Amino acid sequence: MGKKIHVSTTINGEAVEFLCEARQSLLEIIRDTLTLTGAKEGCNNGNCGACTVLMNGVPVDSCLVLAVEAEGAELETVESIANEEHLHPLQECFLEGAALQCGICTPGFLVSAKALLDGHPEPTEEEIRFELSGNLCRCTGYDKIVRAVQAASERMKEVK
Amino acid sequence: MSENFNHAQIIKDPDDNYKILGTRPVRHDGVDKVTGRAIYGNDVQLQGLVEGAILRSPEAHARILSIDTSEAEAHPGVLAVTTSADFPDLGDKIANLGEGPVNLAHLAANCLAKDKVLYKGHAVAAVAAQNAHIAREALDLIKVEYEPLPIVTDVLEAMKDGAPLLHEGLLTNLVPGGEKAEAPSNISDHHHFKRGDTEAAFEAAHIVVEREFTTQTVHQGYIEPHVATAHWNQDGQLTVWASTQGSFSAREQTSEVLQIPISKVKVIPCEIGGGFGGKIPIYLEPVAAVLSRKCGRPVKIQMTRDGVFEGTGPTPASFMRIKLGVDEAGKMTAGEAWLAYDTGAFPGGVIGPGVMCVFSCYDIEHAHIDGYDVCVNKPWTKAYRAPGSTHVAYAVESVVDELAEKLEMDPIDLRLLNAAREGTKRVDGPVYPRIGLIETLEAAKNHDHYKSPLEGPNRGRGVAAGFWFNIGLKSAATAHVNADGTVTLLEGSTDIGGTRTSISMQLAETLGIAAEDINPKVADTDSVGYTDITGGSRVTFATGLAAVEVGKDIISQMKERAAKLWECEAADVEFSDGIFSQGDNSISFKELCAKLSRTGGLITARASVDPQGFTNGFGVHICDLEVDVETGKVQILRYTALQDAGKAIHPSYVEGQLQGGSVQGIGWALNEEYLFDEKGHMLNPTMLDYRMPTALDVPMIDTVIIEVPNPSHPFGVRGVGETPIVPPPGAIANAVKSATGIRMTELPMSPPRVHSAITEDGNGAS
Repeated sequence: MGKKIHVSTTINGEAVEFLCEARQSLLEIIRDTLTLTGAKEGCNNGNCGACTVLMNGVPVDSCLVLAVEAEGAELETVESIANEEHLHPLQECFLEGAALQCGICTPGFLVSAKALLDGHPEPTEEEIRFELSGNLCRCTGYDKIVRAVQAASERMKEVK
Repeated sequence: MSENFNHAQIIKDPDDNYKILGTRPVRHDGVDKVTGRAIYGNDVQLQGLVEGAILRSPEAHARILSIDTSEAEAHPGVLAVTTSADFPDLGDKIANLGEGPVNLAHLAANCLAKDKVLYKGHAVAAVAAQNAHIAREALDLIKVEYEPLPIVTDVLEAMKDGAPLLHEGLLTNLVPGGEKAEAPSNISDHHHFKRGDTEAAFEAAHIVVEREFTTQTVHQGYIEPHVATAHWNQDGQLTVWASTQGSFSAREQTSEVLQIPISKVKVIPCEIGGGFGGKIPIYLEPVAAVLSRKCGRPVKIQMTRDGVFEGTGPTPASFMRIKLGVDEAGKMTAGEAWLAYDTGAFPGGVIGPGVMCVFSCYDIEHAHIDGYDVCVNKPWTKAYRAPGSTHVAYAVESVVDELAEKLEMDPIDLRLLNAAREGTKRVDGPVYPRIGLIETLEAAKNHDHYKSPLEGPNRGRGVAAGFWFNIGLKSAATAHVNADGTVTLLEGSTDIGGTRTSISMQLAETLGIAAEDINPKVADTDSVGYTDITGGSRVTFATGLAAVEVGKDIISQMKERAAKLWECEAADVEFSDGIFSQGDNSISFKELCAKLSRTGGLITARASVDPQGFTNGFGVHICDLEVDVETGKVQILRYTALQDAGKAIHPSYVEGQLQGGSVQGIGWALNEEYLFDEKGHMLNPTMLDYRMPTALDVPMIDTVIIEVPNPSHPFGVRGVGETPIVPPPGAIANAVKSATGIRMTELPMSPPRVHSAITEDGNGAS
């Protein structure tokens, strides 16, 4: 097992340091060590997307990233999407459009959708479906999720 | 609200003039669920928490000769190791756990195998350690000696004489709870219903169609793996933090397996990441409890994803033979069904509802149904959304489609001619009260989707109907009226899809206040009255009914307070639209709340309900698709789900049930199946290889909600959750037939099967 490794990283805008074993995933550290339990473990092998976080602006399955790889990275989790007072338009639209049922996949979808809209503010339905196809949802059939992302895209345009 | 949400069409009851019901408030637990703050089973953090892991059998059928845990126990960081030797001996005790009789020995032996392993992935031992990595390392150090036995995984093979027996003493129940077969076999139950003279009716029929169908094992596929945390305190009190569809059911099952009093077990329901029937049984709770008792620390066990696929209850594979006869006009005169479902490792599968659902959509005078529950060396099957109904609907709706073709009749017209309605007696006995199948079929026929032309090569359209009972059962609720005019509502139904809100809205409607003025909490088993599982499409119906009763109790208590203020009789105080009045006096609900503490204190109300019977949900789906004849891949082009909801309390969440159920059904129809090798090992126990639908695989799912009020609920609620999974495989098979001329008689209609059917006509018959 060896000695633990020291990692310095940035999570949700805050400088953070942690110790980890070489075999620990980023998901484990985020959830268990840093107690940011918004990212979920659904499969632990990169199939379901429930653990999606942004690493240097790019969505990654945090179960497939080793914690040591976070050295020097900028990480964003679902906990950073809302600001102190307001939900992000995506969060508002997920709620108003009933785009979640059990809610376990929701953090992953929100992170993936935010990355999509940040880079591509007016995606087509096909583009939304393609970009979100790494996130599995078993409750909604995706209809209301896709519509919530479309609605958020509209709402973000109105704000600008 | 933005246009983009594109709400569905609702065909309302003309007498409907509710204020709160039918609106779309944001769910009460919403903000926690979009910010990552909601606490699911694996988010529980406790002082001294340690983690567990489960050792699973590499054999599909074997006798356990010995288990040596000494090396694992000595491994640094390991705190406790357990096997079934730590469970009490349960003999063959049968307990009624609210969902019907359960053989406790089977329940316990499925949590940790006793003398035999009956499927690959069967839990054999468990370890608690400082963390899950160490626990998994220790699993490798447990030495289990197996004596492999011959296996059987196919349902028809398992029924044959001479098949390897899973349970040497299993005698078929020939009558539920009564006569048994003389010789042991793998058949645990034979269900049988007969009415009229089918032989003569088939003889006299104008057209008879008979076909055989098979379906494969499929999993509910919830995204959250099973997880349980247990703390066995030094005072003998066991607390379980569970991801369960029923905290009271989990409490009963845990107390029975461990043979400790129910009062010694408290189950705290966490948020649950999907269930669909798969999180009714317990797997981890008693194991974590025993590990906690051994090491004195709270123990959390979360299953791995392959553990979920291999070690929990999917829903059965099946073989079905369906025969239907019609007269010249298309009236169904005779029906025959022969059904065999595999129940997996232990008796007690879902054939029971299967035989009741098979002809549930139609009025057929002469009918004969046989159903068999058969043990095989696969995981112990469990409920999956309308358990047992999707199988038979696929088969029957395919045969109905073929009859329509032969009669040269519109397939919806044929269904309308034969549809069950108020007064129709189902083959297994019950007579339907007011139901909405006719209205749903008519709405489908009039829908723009059904009337639109479908052009292009290899494209086809199919329709199918489906049924689920929708149950009542026990629910309780307690409410505290606050001085600021809000109401805190405690209820015991774990919220899988927005039911805090659908229950609260019914209380709000009763009290004439806003949905947002109700503050719902899902309480633990020590803090609210007994409530059955979140399942059977019952929560909005039955727990909603409890909330309505609570509301009536609040109103009656508040009338007394108003009477006190006005110095009149409580019987003279009237209540309507949130206003109490008597003569010239009137006061709003909120204003009166502010006066409660001065008129005798704040109010608490409670109710327990136990509605009997079924609320009967019918759905009709329309599907357009295109078949890629070169690869066999089926692409859904357009999909519409229509269903009688009785009354849609929160229409968005009703639409969500229709859409989610449809897509699960699409997955079942087109791709999902357990693949096994000759040793009974599942070949695809990952989400990538099991391959549930992604956002890219499906189109928008249009919905139509029909509201034919259910006479047994004050607001007409019917329950909606399960029916939507029932029609898709039939609708899709019928559309594939229309696109290719080939009738697919095997699920899933995956690219290899469709391709081989097209190129060799090897699988389906045209």
